[in-house]
Amino acid sequence: MTHAATVHSLWTTAAAAPDKIPSPHVEYGQLSPTLIVLGAAIVGVLVEAFIPRRQRYVAQLFVSVVALAAAFAAVIGLAAGGYGTSKARVAAMGAIAVDGPALFLQGTILLVALVAVFTFAERRLDPVVHGNRVDSFAAQAAAVPGGDAEKAAVKAGFTTTEVFPLVLFAVGGMLVFPSANDLLTLFVALEVFSLPLYILCALARRQRTLSQEAAVKYFLLGAFSSAFLLFGIALLYGYAGTVSYSGIADVVDGQVRNVTPALAGTMGNDALLLIGGAMVLMGLLFKIGAVPFHMWTPDVYQGAPTPVTGFMAAATKVAAFGALLRLLYVVLPGLRWDWRPVMWGVAIVTMLGGAIVAVTQTDVKRLLAYSSIAHAGFILAGVIATTPDGISSVLFYLAAYSFVTLGAFAVVTLVRDAGGEATHLSKWAGLGRRSPLVAAVFAVFLLAFAGIPLTSGFAGKFAVFKAAADGGAGPLVVIGVISSAIAAFFYIRVIVLMFFSEPRTDGPSVAVPSPLTSSAIAIGVAVTLVLGVAPQYFLDLASQAGVFVR
Amino acid sequence: MENLIGLLVAVPLLGAALLLCGGRRLDGKGHYIGTVLAAASFAIGAVLFADMLGRGEHDRALHSKVFSWIPVGGFRADVAFQLDQLSMTFVLLITGVGTLIHIYSIGYMEHDERRRRFFGYLNLFLAAMLLLVLADNYLLLYVGWEGVGLASYLLIGFWQHKPSAATAAKKAFIVNRVGDVGLSIAIMLMFTTFGTFAFAPVLSNAGDAGEGKVTAIGLMLLLAACGKSAQVPLQSWLGDAMEGPTPVSALIHAATMVTAGVYLITRSGAIFNAAPDAQAAVVAVGAVTLLFGAIVGCAKDDIKKALAGSTMSQIGYMILAAGLGPIGYVFAIMHLVTHGFFKAGLFLGAGSVMHAMNDEVDMRKYGGLRKYMPVTFVTFGLGYLAIIGFPGLSGFWSKDKIIEAAFAKGGTEGWILGGAALLGAAITAYYMTRVMLLTFFGEKRWVPDEEGHEPHPHESPSSMTIPMIVLAVGSVFAGGLFSLNDAFLKWLEPVTGHSHGDSPLSAAAVTGGTMVVLLIGVALAWAQYGRRPVPRTAPRGSLLTRAARRDLLQDDFNHVALVKPGQYLTRGLVYVDHKLVDGVVNGTAASVGGLSGRLRKLQNGYARTYAVSMFGGTAVLIAATLLMRAV
Repeated sequence: MTHAATVHSLWTTAAAAPDKIPSPHVEYGQLSPTLIVLGAAIVGVLVEAFIPRRQRYVAQLFVSVVALAAAFAAVIGLAAGGYGTSKARVAAMGAIAVDGPALFLQGTILLVALVAVFTFAERRLDPVVHGNRVDSFAAQAAAVPGGDAEKAAVKAGFTTTEVFPLVLFAVGGMLVFPSANDLLTLFVALEVFSLPLYILCALARRQRTLSQEAAVKYFLLGAFSSAFLLFGIALLYGYAGTVSYSGIADVVDGQVRNVTPALAGTMGNDALLLIGGAMVLMGLLFKIGAVPFHMWTPDVYQGAPTPVTGFMAAATKVAAFGALLRLLYVVLPGLRWDWRPVMWGVAIVTMLGGAIVAVTQTDVKRLLAYSSIAHAGFILAGVIATTPDGISSVLFYLAAYSFVTLGAFAVVTLVRDAGGEATHLSKWAGLGRRSPLVAAVFAVFLLAFAGIPLTSGFAGKFAVFKAAADGGAGPLVVIGVISSAIAAFFYIRVIVLMFFSEPRTDGPSVAVPSPLTSSAIAIGVAVTLVLGVAPQYFLDLASQAGVFVR
Repeated sequence: MENLIGLLVAVPLLGAALLLCGGRRLDGKGHYIGTVLAAASFAIGAVLFADMLGRGEHDRALHSKVFSWIPVGGFRADVAFQLDQLSMTFVLLITGVGTLIHIYSIGYMEHDERRRRFFGYLNLFLAAMLLLVLADNYLLLYVGWEGVGLASYLLIGFWQHKPSAATAAKKAFIVNRVGDVGLSIAIMLMFTTFGTFAFAPVLSNAGDAGEGKVTAIGLMLLLAACGKSAQVPLQSWLGDAMEGPTPVSALIHAATMVTAGVYLITRSGAIFNAAPDAQAAVVAVGAVTLLFGAIVGCAKDDIKKALAGSTMSQIGYMILAAGLGPIGYVFAIMHLVTHGFFKAGLFLGAGSVMHAMNDEVDMRKYGGLRKYMPVTFVTFGLGYLAIIGFPGLSGFWSKDKIIEAAFAKGGTEGWILGGAALLGAAITAYYMTRVMLLTFFGEKRWVPDEEGHEPHPHESPSSMTIPMIVLAVGSVFAGGLFSLNDAFLKWLEPVTGHSHGDSPLSAAAVTGGTMVVLLIGVALAWAQYGRRPVPRTAPRGSLLTRAARRDLLQDDFNHVALVKPGQYLTRGLVYVDHKLVDGVVNGTAASVGGLSGRLRKLQNGYARTYAVSMFGGTAVLIAATLLMRAV
């Protein structure tokens, strides 16, 4: 964090006055959630270095859980202190915004991460290997799949406890991402949370080559999109002479005309603004998984270890949508008439594309990946509303959706056969007869994805569609509802498959998880039902948190 | 005291919950629990009655609000009870007759392995029926209304292993739904007209609401009453409902539930008073049904179906009286109570006979039973005398008043209604005498049952005869007691109001006329069934007889007028659904699936393809943004 701030101030001050570098002023208290998480990540690295292998698992789990809980407490403290509403402000010399949306999203990300850490730490699902309980992650990530080194590592009972600090680093980046208040901080945060995710994707214990392939693809395409984002930032700097959100917004609104001599040729050039804006937008849409920047999603979701997939699908989406909201509402509100039609198009193809392609999927993780794409489209409909209701509905939807997603992927980790998780849908046939509880829980998540009343999915979808309709995007809502209908088909199809098909004789068995995964699933179900049955309190909370600081 | 009202409903409801959820542990004592709770409910009713008598006639009504049920904006529905003289009358009838029939059922259902469930349903019925008559608003009344419908359905189909019972239950349920739709529409109209469901504001404002609206509400209430009380044109279910165990026929399909329509019309008196057209419809329905039921009753050889026809006809009398307005309300309820005694007694007697005759129901295979079942014979005989209106017995007092009131309607209408009521009395005397003669007199026409067992008629156990004796006592004395000093009139008048019409005939003339037609009816039946031997198989009979055996072609009519067109409609809809709707749906599904399959191929697994897609996407994004600015 301090790193990011320093870079930022170097960048801006170097342009203005190269001869003196002022010491940055940092409000540590207001940044405490991020600082706690990043500090714990560093502690985690030290744990890897100094604590004996046997005790690392417990130590890492302890550090992660305590850090995430403490950071969440810090968020609550800040919100209770009024930083979400009346005292909302820009901290760390303009690099970080501390306001309602930032705190709401940070809180959501921290809770999601906490639950995700439970699934990361699960050690009862995989069969015991050489007397050692193992988790979903490779024994030794650096060993060649199937090679002698790997076998030795498995035999020695190694586990990759590095996943915990990696998750904490990712969470640190995600916390900054939606609160970044200038483009460079945004970029740094993006890299801080992306790099650990690339590594996490490669760490699957089973089907390691698929996992590594997923990681490489994610890394290549992620780097590609980062390049676009960075180039877009450069163009916007050229246009505005600053990377600060409010500074750019001022130039867009035509309030500032003090031309920097070096940029006299480019400042105020709308072509730079439009092209740069579109490129930055593209970088965020990639993380969201919007069509046509979505193609990494199915492959990576399928290949990554399932707990990582759940974490990624939930937390990344929250962080990326937060950043997108801030970009569109703080930096580019003056350009609304330029970006709204384009975003309309993106939302439409995302909703329809995700829903339609999901219809023919046969792998449950890929199915959920396409489902996440369709949901990205639904959320985009709320983003496009450009009203306060739009912001709060998106915040609510993100909170609701992320717990459903986490829960659903946690259930996927339970259904296993000899080859590990049995993700092919045909193997799920008749699951409801063998394991009624697990199937029923999964059915609840599917109904929530489909947006059936009394689940959080309905409340969220209703909120975003209502906001979009009020914001003048009626046709978008119609397409959204049609996509929901298509999407309902494949969700319900899985339910039919689970409850009304004959079980296969070679079907998978349902592993009995430890309290860790059980509680993750239970929290998912509880949040899904509570937000579905009594959404009003949380909608109110989201609408209180719905104002961006500038 | 107010709190006792809720208890009145809660006690049998508790019984139902205990017996239906209690499981096999309660099999051995379930019937006692059910009976004791029914009796407890009667005891509470008696306490409330004594308390009510202790107060002046204008502050007898009690009111008790339990909780606010659905408070949403301007929409208010409370669970609240109202106990006035009208409700009190019903409470005593329901719990009193109900308790007797619980006792009777202990003996009657002795060999049924599902006896616990039977008593659970009976308790459920009591709770629902009490809710119906104690509700202080139409919405809560509707809950009770549906509750008794459910209990009736469950009990008609109690022997569900018999396809005929299952079918009869379904028929009763479906026909009742038609009436229930009427009630729900009436309630909706009330809400839009008066903004509330509660009796007090609805009824006190009925006069100011405009005749059109009130007439619509009245007609819908009449439709509801027709369904529940088996009045033409929704009468077809009652005969088949006799498939249920006989105690059920006695309690639900004779004494209490089927009279709910009379209660509804009497309770809504203010609405009907303000809507003369609706009132005319009520009397027309009553008059037609009283003749319809009586004619059907003449032709049936099944003892329970003959009694069912009689029930229909007697309720026709009540509806007719209720339709006459303030001159008839009191007598409608009075006949309802006396009918509750003698009809329940008659059904219990019929059950006792069937019990003795290996469950044979064909009266042509009875004969000469008076020597074998003296108690049944005497109690049944007293019920018989009561229903035909033998002077001094209950039916005489109440039916005579209704015939008088019908004449008192005045004008041509009065003559027509009075004539119909008199004719009905004659036919009643005829068919009831026929039942009596076929069952207890003449020679034995007994036949062995399907397994070859000769019937050995015997008197029923005391658990069955005692309720019959109690009901017989009621059949004899209730009417006289009510008419002593016009006691019943004075009791009910504060609630329903009363006015003496001016009859073109003197009371004595009406009574005399009734006696004459009564004698004619009895004599005709004697001539046909008393003097000469009765064949075991029914003769072909005249056209009218054959039509009456088929319930005056009611089912044929329903089949041609409703079922056939309904079938054509559904067939047409199914055709449209298959060809058109399914075509569109399946076509859409197929095209989505096809599109999905094609789009899926884009996802080929190569990172380079994905990168191209992203690059192209960005290009389009930039181009579109620039284009938007250009436009």
